[in-house]
Amino acid sequence: MRLGLVVDLDVCVGCHACAIACKEWNASGTIGPLTDYQPYGAEPSGVWFNRIRSYEMDEYPNNKTINFPMSCMHCESAECVTVCPTGASYKRPEDGIVLIDQDKCMGCNYCSWACPYGARELDRSSGTMKKCTLCVDRIYDQELPVEERQPACVLVCPAHARMFGDFDDPDSAVSRTVRERSGFSLMPELNYNPTNQYLPPRSKPVIPVETKPKGGLKESIKQFANRLVRR
Amino acid sequence: MHPAFSVIFFTVASGAGFGLFSLLFIADFFKLGGGFSQDQLVAGGIIALALVVFGLLASTFHLANPKNAWRAFSRFRTSWLAREGVFAVVFMPLALIYLGSIMFEAPQWLRVGSGFLAAVMAWVTVFSTGMIYACLKTIRQWNTPLVPANYLALGYASGSLLLLLGAVLAGLDTTPYIAMSALIVSIAAVLKAIYYFWIRSPGLSPTINTATGLTRAQVKLLDTGHTHGTFLTQEFGFQIARQRASLLKAVVFVLGFALPGLMLMWVFNQQGGQTAAIIAALAGLGGAAVERWLFFAEARHVVNLYHGAQRC
Repeated sequence: MRLGLVVDLDVCVGCHACAIACKEWNASGTIGPLTDYQPYGAEPSGVWFNRIRSYEMDEYPNNKTINFPMSCMHCESAECVTVCPTGASYKRPEDGIVLIDQDKCMGCNYCSWACPYGARELDRSSGTMKKCTLCVDRIYDQELPVEERQPACVLVCPAHARMFGDFDDPDSAVSRTVRERSGFSLMPELNYNPTNQYLPPRSKPVIPVETKPKGGLKESIKQFANRLVRR
Repeated sequence: MHPAFSVIFFTVASGAGFGLFSLLFIADFFKLGGGFSQDQLVAGGIIALALVVFGLLASTFHLANPKNAWRAFSRFRTSWLAREGVFAVVFMPLALIYLGSIMFEAPQWLRVGSGFLAAVMAWVTVFSTGMIYACLKTIRQWNTPLVPANYLALGYASGSLLLLLGAVLAGLDTTPYIAMSALIVSIAAVLKAIYYFWIRSPGLSPTINTATGLTRAQVKLLDTGHTHGTFLTQEFGFQIARQRASLLKAVVFVLGFALPGLMLMWVFNQQGGQTAAIIAALAGLGGAAVERWLFFAEARHVVNLYHGAQRC
């Protein structure tokens, strides 16, 4: 098995619900807590497994805002595991999930240097590195109904921009979607072979907009009157 | 990258210590300049070991959870950090056997054998320190064979200047020590110059387009998604102004290479004596510290692409 996520950049609305749900579940999860520093102070900061950034692609009028959630990619060639000197970081052979043994980590930050995706964050209170667990304490929980055995971020997403599944199975929903929608991985040139895939935003026709008001005497008088009123 | 003081102190001190120890063995083996006495060799060896031990202790200060530091030897097969630790630990008993066999006049084969192996382990340890940085594909400025070469050259350069100081204090013929220092310092200067030339445009590197996979048009950051800084901005966000970096590069060359070179000439002409040798050794260490700070400050981690950098 090769478990991972698919994020649909076309429909993500950037509501941060996945990040909040992640924090809520994992704060009491296997490698919680996710410490906050000065949550109500002047410089609020803290540990998150999932962060959403927003980008703008292209120039007006062809521009598009893209909300971009990122968490651990659970890479096939996970350099963070290779460089770990203590053996705290490991990749599970059975499902490919990359985890950190909190009892072994010495907090040297070396794995975070090796990660190109910024998935690993040091928790200053415990002195250990923390990262997305793919909700390993949820997806195998026999107590939960089958449809809830998914990562918290996937369950909560109101836009259905996130999918969870097995990429080793060519007929799984994630594999099919990635095939049909030309899913891609981030920074493939570094050869980390990330498991998580992203679906590209669809190209939409440009809506023509009028950029300049029409000229003419009537229009200039109207503009003059407007200026007077505004003053 | 954020330049952590403990790591800078560690790499400079242990590099000098390992360099000094290896060169001390060479000086002893070839009886350079008449050869150090037994007591002088032991004193020099203890200073080298002290530099190594203080460096290693300092390196644990950058750990957030040092109680697990003993586990750092466990992944020798994959991690350069684990390898560095193991090699440093193997070096210690060999170095102590060498110093012990000098003190207690053990048979020559034991003295030469342990000294040679300790010198090899010192070389391998400094190489591993360099490889810790050079193996990271995420930092273009580090991912080059020049990095371990620089670590070795600078460690041995500062070690050779310390050894020269020892030779001056011991009243030996300084000519071979001056020649050795001049050669190693010049090699270090040339390698560093090549490195600085190379990182000005380090070739193909990831861009914000490949980082986001949005390659069909230009991409710019609208919102980082965090209110204040995060671990990522604290660890990787550090940036140095180009002008300041150029100034510091000049400092590296003047303090680390030119001034020791000048002092070597003074020692050679019997002008400065001890003062010149002390200045040379301190300038070498100071230059190495500035170089190490700049090594971290100039490194740009690819995660900065997600925070708006167009390329790294």
